[in-house]
Amino acid sequence: MMELFDIFASAGLWAAVLRIATPLIFGTLGALLCERVGVLNLGIEGIMTFGAMIGWLTVYQGGDLWLGLLAAAFFGAMFGLLHAVLTVPFGLSQHVAGLGITLFASSLSYYVFRLAVPVASSPPTIEPFRPLQIPFLSDLPFLGTALFNQTAPTYLAIAVALALSYVLFRTPLGLAMRMTGENPHGAEAQGVNPVAVRFGAIIAGSALMGVGGAFLTLSAFNSFFPTMMQGRGWVCIALVVFASWNPGRALLGALLFALFDAYQLRLQTVIGKTVPYQLFLMIPYILSIAALAVMARRARVPQALMQPYRRGER
Amino acid sequence: MRFERRAHRPLILVLLAPVFALGAALAIAGVLIMLAGAPVAEAFGQILNGAFGSRLGISETLTRATPLIFTGLAAAVAFRARLWNIGGEGQFYMGAIAAAALASGAIAGWPPLIAIPGAMFAGALAGTVTLLLPLGLRLRFGVDEVVTSLLLNFVALLFVSMLIEGPLKDPLAFGWPQSVPVSEGAELPKLLARTRLHAGLLIALAAALLVHFVQSRTRFGMQSRAAGLNAAAARFAGVPLGMTLIKVACMSGGLAGLAGAIEVMGVKGYVTTDLSPGYGYAGIIVAMLANLHPIGVVAAALFVAVMFVGADSMSRVMDIPSYIADVTVALSLLTMLLSLFFTQYRISR
Repeated sequence: MMELFDIFASAGLWAAVLRIATPLIFGTLGALLCERVGVLNLGIEGIMTFGAMIGWLTVYQGGDLWLGLLAAAFFGAMFGLLHAVLTVPFGLSQHVAGLGITLFASSLSYYVFRLAVPVASSPPTIEPFRPLQIPFLSDLPFLGTALFNQTAPTYLAIAVALALSYVLFRTPLGLAMRMTGENPHGAEAQGVNPVAVRFGAIIAGSALMGVGGAFLTLSAFNSFFPTMMQGRGWVCIALVVFASWNPGRALLGALLFALFDAYQLRLQTVIGKTVPYQLFLMIPYILSIAALAVMARRARVPQALMQPYRRGER
Repeated sequence: MRFERRAHRPLILVLLAPVFALGAALAIAGVLIMLAGAPVAEAFGQILNGAFGSRLGISETLTRATPLIFTGLAAAVAFRARLWNIGGEGQFYMGAIAAAALASGAIAGWPPLIAIPGAMFAGALAGTVTLLLPLGLRLRFGVDEVVTSLLLNFVALLFVSMLIEGPLKDPLAFGWPQSVPVSEGAELPKLLARTRLHAGLLIALAAALLVHFVQSRTRFGMQSRAAGLNAAAARFAGVPLGMTLIKVACMSGGLAGLAGAIEVMGVKGYVTTDLSPGYGYAGIIVAMLANLHPIGVVAAALFVAVMFVGADSMSRVMDIPSYIADVTVALSLLTMLLSLFFTQYRISR
């Protein structure tokens, strides 16, 4: 029994938590940004897949690791632009448009990947991000391994969460975004252009999703393979509700979720073969569903979420 | 430039919408093939040739269309009532494993007249239960069923994987994770000798007609459409909203479960975790291309099947990944959304 608690005392667990959380932090912040201005972006799963592919491919073709992240952000932004065109001026169903983008972006990434890399028995690899050596902090006993032995994008994710929180709640731009998500007609009366705000936020949010996907191939692993996203995007959508559309809570939610995930991975090795491993793998999805059920009624949904905005039409 | 709502939808535009959508999607696919450095006309020729050029090709296309008709109907029925069932993939697998479990165990050795309907019912029931869970969460807690039904797809696949590596594992499969085979009595008869085409196609066509009848001629069909068009008005007019959605979920989940059951009974004979190349997700596209009309679903399923079978055979001849089919089909969903928009709106200055 004690073994189940001993897991928490290992520095490796906490290092894994930060590593698992990073793509979720990027993805959740991206989805949150879109939803704060009133647009649900179910393109996330496909955008993350494309980001993972294009980031990896950029580095595989000789590009720098940071160039890979940048490429993922750029193509994420392009898919975001597509989603924005479909859902803002045309006001199409955000559910169906988003799913369409997921199906399009993921199949396109498999197509491009297969074109660029011939079929091989084991997928080709790249040299991924190395853990950042921080003077003094990385050398601390336990804490150094647990918290300060991460790659640069992980620290970037945490910085983005704090920055987004500041922008959303402490700047005029953030106020304009929140107004657009709550009441676009009222925002327009205050001189805000809801269409421009929605476009900007969806594009920026989708860029973050792309970066989240690229973290998987450029830092967590070193290769790309289809189906590697495993529903992480959908988990992010659930985390946004869990976080009640608040970037700070999104950061905490992603970390909490990653803690469960890292714990179940280690639990598998402790408990061993007596329990089917599939049951452990189900836990993240079931947790997400449970979190939705608990939080759905309590969450403060942006009032204009999923409502298309047409000037002079209500 | 602004968009102005049309007073009514011209029928000709509604009928032309899928044509424009497919044309645009194929044009973009052509550009992607060109970017791959391959001759576009030849590639499309190979796709058509693969799907229609031989007896085997045609039978393969119809075999692939069969599960797509079911999952397309499942999505169409649900979307009509604004029940966003995105869990078709999971329901497909649950239906498949339920049918295999029953047809290899309890009713093994029974005559086809009992075994076939029995296994089909088991599949439909399993699909229904898988959809009732997210619907229950929506009705009880107000949880958006899109995300929950999506997440359940992964749970369902893991559950099936657990069963076929555990209690339902075929001991004679040389260690491969696959389920025990369905008994001979539960196998669907073949329609064409030496092909994979099976009687499931006829069941799928009958299902499309039945859904059309239910939606256009029964009180429940009217109530489910009313729930989708305007839930508040429907409630005011006395439609029992929760009960209607539960019935819709039984129909939608049942159809998706049936897709899996019939695929097992007609094609594979056993369940693996790659039984479906995304039939559940493709069903959403089929439903949208058909503008949610059950008869249109049959035509849309044929289009998607042609793309899948044709691209498979093209990629064997030419140096283009068969993923081009998935890209084209996904694109057609987006272009169809835009086409439908222009049946409802016109551009005004």
